[in-house]
Amino acid sequence: MTVVIGFEGSANKIGIGIIRDGEVLSNPRRTYITPPGQGFMPSDTARHHRAVILTVLKEALEQAGLKPADIDCVAYTKGPGMGAPLVTVALVARTVSQLWGKPLLGVNHCIGHIEMGRLITKANNPTVLYVSGGNTQVIAYSERRYRIFGETIDIAVGNCLDRFARVIKISNDPSPGYNIEQMAKKGSQYVELPYTVKGMDVSFSGILSYIEEAAHKMLSSGQCTAEDLCFSLQETVFSMLVEITERAMAHCGSQEVLIVGGVGCNLRLQEMMGVMCKERGAKLFATDERFCIDNGAMIAQAGWEMFRSGQVTELEDSWITQRYRTDEVQVTWRD
Amino acid sequence: MAQEKNMAVPQLLSNVELVKQGAEARVYRTEFLGKPTIVKERFPKRYRHPVLDQKLTHRRTVQEVRSILRCRRAGISAPVVYFVDYMSHCIFLEEVVGSLTVCDHIASTQQSESCQDQELEWLAQRVGQILAKMHDEDVIHGDLTTSNMLLRRGPEDPESNLVLIDFGLSYISALPEDKGVDLYVLEKAFLSTHPNTEALFEKLLKSYTASSKKSSAVIKKLDEVRLRGRKRSMVG
Repeated sequence: MTVVIGFEGSANKIGIGIIRDGEVLSNPRRTYITPPGQGFMPSDTARHHRAVILTVLKEALEQAGLKPADIDCVAYTKGPGMGAPLVTVALVARTVSQLWGKPLLGVNHCIGHIEMGRLITKANNPTVLYVSGGNTQVIAYSERRYRIFGETIDIAVGNCLDRFARVIKISNDPSPGYNIEQMAKKGSQYVELPYTVKGMDVSFSGILSYIEEAAHKMLSSGQCTAEDLCFSLQETVFSMLVEITERAMAHCGSQEVLIVGGVGCNLRLQEMMGVMCKERGAKLFATDERFCIDNGAMIAQAGWEMFRSGQVTELEDSWITQRYRTDEVQVTWRD
Repeated sequence: MAQEKNMAVPQLLSNVELVKQGAEARVYRTEFLGKPTIVKERFPKRYRHPVLDQKLTHRRTVQEVRSILRCRRAGISAPVVYFVDYMSHCIFLEEVVGSLTVCDHIASTQQSESCQDQELEWLAQRVGQILAKMHDEDVIHGDLTTSNMLLRRGPEDPESNLVLIDFGLSYISALPEDKGVDLYVLEKAFLSTHPNTEALFEKLLKSYTASSKKSSAVIKKLDEVRLRGRKRSMVG
């Protein structure tokens, strides 16, 4: 039996999870929530993480019913993400690894999402749509790499949604994306927005500029409601995501889709992807907010795979990086 | 009468062979006026809003036909357009008989041991030349992958051997930015589909640069877009 503890804190979530051979023993998490109209700044986010990380660690061990001696490996997010929060979490991981005398392992955040999705859904070799506040990628595995077939050429889809929420002052609690999703259910009028797909790549900055410019005018003139805007924005950006996923599937000859990342728990996105899959006889795999949104268990799970294939990170190599692409990682645990 | 006319193409398609369902359309094989023909049907995508679907489907059918004609006029090989039905969004195209995709060709050449380097280098150069010519005509393909290029086998001269297809996302633009993104899309599709081909893609770009008068601005934009790409992986 191999037990791995995972530390995640690359953005505004801080999570610590423990995995024992594919079983999630504990996965507590805290979110740094800012007032409406505001995003989260790196230094404030790091301060939040510093304040709660030891409480979360204690919870993780208690809920799992384990002592430090039962842990085999300490995994942490090496990147990508915001510098200050990453440093904070890596520092705690390094410290406990030395206190407990356990090996360290630096994990790519995106790989964590993919491996967690594969574990929970049992998808074997899916085309992966990874959508979150910082990432938008269509990924497929071949020859020991998760290869990026399509991605955003500017901002991430979650970033587009979050910033739209700030423009019309939607609450950040529990998350802007969740509140947009709820409001969109009450929208009915479809407002045309720019639609930008370039092969298997997408672009969201044009949509954001357009809606930032037009939102207040349309709302004050009574042309449409805030709910209509949420609805139209979701319909447009999710159509783009489903389209590039389908194009990657056609290109790779794949019959499975896995959605991961924070935006992946949006039920409308899952529904649209499901319709596309049904039309081409493919299968959809998705998870809920426990595992879609950043969490510690996903780092533990990727760490578990890496550790079992013989990898460890030496103390002097246990740095973090803000830029760390999914396709940089040599996948040593898959054929 | 009008009703009957609208139904003519869908009725025809119900009896012909479905070759594959791509991301954009269903592809059928049939005969049209005695010629081997591919029919591309953009059927409604039920996952997206009907207004958006109608707009995209119509625009892409128009764009595809327009760009193919523009390419062919410039001497770039693309399938002949036999007939278009804007009601059912069907395009009847020449079937490129006896062809295989560049994607399959690279994969099979990489697997066979002998003299592969020269063979693929020649191909990369050809692709670079043709894309340069296409961009000089201000055609942006919009979905450049190795699956969207066909190699026509036969005794013809090498000039006409490479056929570009799938112009559904294409448009007309003279901006170096749009041409740079076009190449960027190809670069990513190329390198992710065919592992360990960085040197080959370099050859392709070199040939593109040498073949186009306006290439320096485009390559500069390509470098810019690549850097934009780096930023993308900042936050998880």
